[in-house]
Amino acid sequence: MLNFFEKIGGAIRSKITRLGAATRLFFSIISYSSDSFKRFNLTIREIYFTGVLSLVIIVVSAFFVGMVLGLQGYYTLQKYGSSEAIGVLVALALVRELGPVVTALLFAGRAGTAITAEIGLMKATEQLSAMEMMAVSPIARIVAPRFWAGIITMPLLASIFSMVGILGGYVVAVPMIGVDEGAFWSQMQANVDFNYDIVNGFIKSVVFGIACTIIALFEGYDAPPTAEGVSRATTRTVVTSSLAVLGLDFVLTSFMLTV
Amino acid sequence: MQKDLIVSIKDLAFGYAERQIHKKINMNFHRGKVVAIMGGSGCGKTTILRLIGGQIKPTSGHVEVDGQIVHEQGRKGIYELRRKMGMLFQHGALFSDLSVFENVAFPIREHTNLSEEIIKDLVLMKLNAVGLRGANQLMPTELSGGMARRVALARAVALDPDIIMYDEPFAGLDPISMGVICDLIRTLNDALGATSIIVTHDVTETFAFADYIYFIADGIVAAEGSPSDLKKSQLPFVKQFVHSQKDGPVPFHYQANDYSQDLRL
Repeated sequence: MLNFFEKIGGAIRSKITRLGAATRLFFSIISYSSDSFKRFNLTIREIYFTGVLSLVIIVVSAFFVGMVLGLQGYYTLQKYGSSEAIGVLVALALVRELGPVVTALLFAGRAGTAITAEIGLMKATEQLSAMEMMAVSPIARIVAPRFWAGIITMPLLASIFSMVGILGGYVVAVPMIGVDEGAFWSQMQANVDFNYDIVNGFIKSVVFGIACTIIALFEGYDAPPTAEGVSRATTRTVVTSSLAVLGLDFVLTSFMLTV
Repeated sequence: MQKDLIVSIKDLAFGYAERQIHKKINMNFHRGKVVAIMGGSGCGKTTILRLIGGQIKPTSGHVEVDGQIVHEQGRKGIYELRRKMGMLFQHGALFSDLSVFENVAFPIREHTNLSEEIIKDLVLMKLNAVGLRGANQLMPTELSGGMARRVALARAVALDPDIIMYDEPFAGLDPISMGVICDLIRTLNDALGATSIIVTHDVTETFAFADYIYFIADGIVAAEGSPSDLKKSQLPFVKQFVHSQKDGPVPFHYQANDYSQDLRL
């Protein structure tokens, strides 16, 4: 029995230690950021890898999510005779929730794993050590540009997701089902508030960007330098990021709805 | 500190929580010399290079590089010292996303503001010195093990360091590449007027070109001297190592229970 409690205690302690180590990494990224801002082309390169190359998965998923929302929304709304409100439903669902959350989940799977695997392998093949021995900080050269790229990319991807999703909803609702086009757009325009909906969605995606990127970077930087270590770290990136995104989403939403 | 002494290690001890690696190490490295650190696998040879480079801190004693105690330096001080060092890692540690040219250019771009033309000339000169000028546009994945190590060597000497450290430079190379690397270590050392510190367990190659050799065993310097002195040495450990005898002071068997007991006889 004591053994059981010891195990639980040990697991909690190791989680807290890792959280502490991740926080330290976060602060050292911040302290090295001025160095990496001086060479912003490194960050731009990472924006290309994490952002531009994630566009396909984001756009395609957004379109399907939007279409499904259109179908489901119409099916429910028509029971109450308010199928014109479909535009508002699709837009609000995307801008407030699905845009930031689904983008963050896809980002963790597409870009987060790539970051973890890349940094983990660089560590395993002594590339990070080599850099240190050349008096170049790997945090400034490798980690910080990826961090800022993640933060810049996430809100952009989330807004593209919402836009394409709305388009998907439109395609289903207007040309396919025959909802009135004017009602679709005007209801959306009248009921989506810039500050309350769009800005809040933007804040969410920035927070998710920080969380997903720091988790991916930390897992890579902390990975044991072996094949098994890197593979486990990559898995942990997806699991931890997804849980963090969903948990943070609840916290942020509850704050935003009470304000 | 003597004028020609560039690295000195005094009463150095280092260990991880459960395992003491070095008990008391004293070594001196003089300018212009090629010095080898030899010993069995796991005796902490590579750890000495990491201590010189300031990547880890000793538990007691110190390493002095160019008159400065390494572990007392802050981040800036350590980076200043590292700019005097070049290090060749066991597997080259080339940046896999950069071409051969960019790998060699990396330290130059990071630490100088030279124009693109001068960088190009410098990189091509360094690559020419290791015989790989023609390979400058290849990616690291397209190189053989020996070539990768030569590129890494060109990168290590890109900023003309005072100290060049080699971590197992001969491991896993064919005899031709091995000969090439031996030759390069000596030539580069003499051409740059640098000091080379080589961590290795390849006896034949090292004895052929090193100026001085330290043997480490059980956390201390077990023997030291020029290759000719060590060849004549009657110390049991050195004899076992130099003549590659299977059993001797370094046992063939890892510490274990009684054999018959393990087999339940």
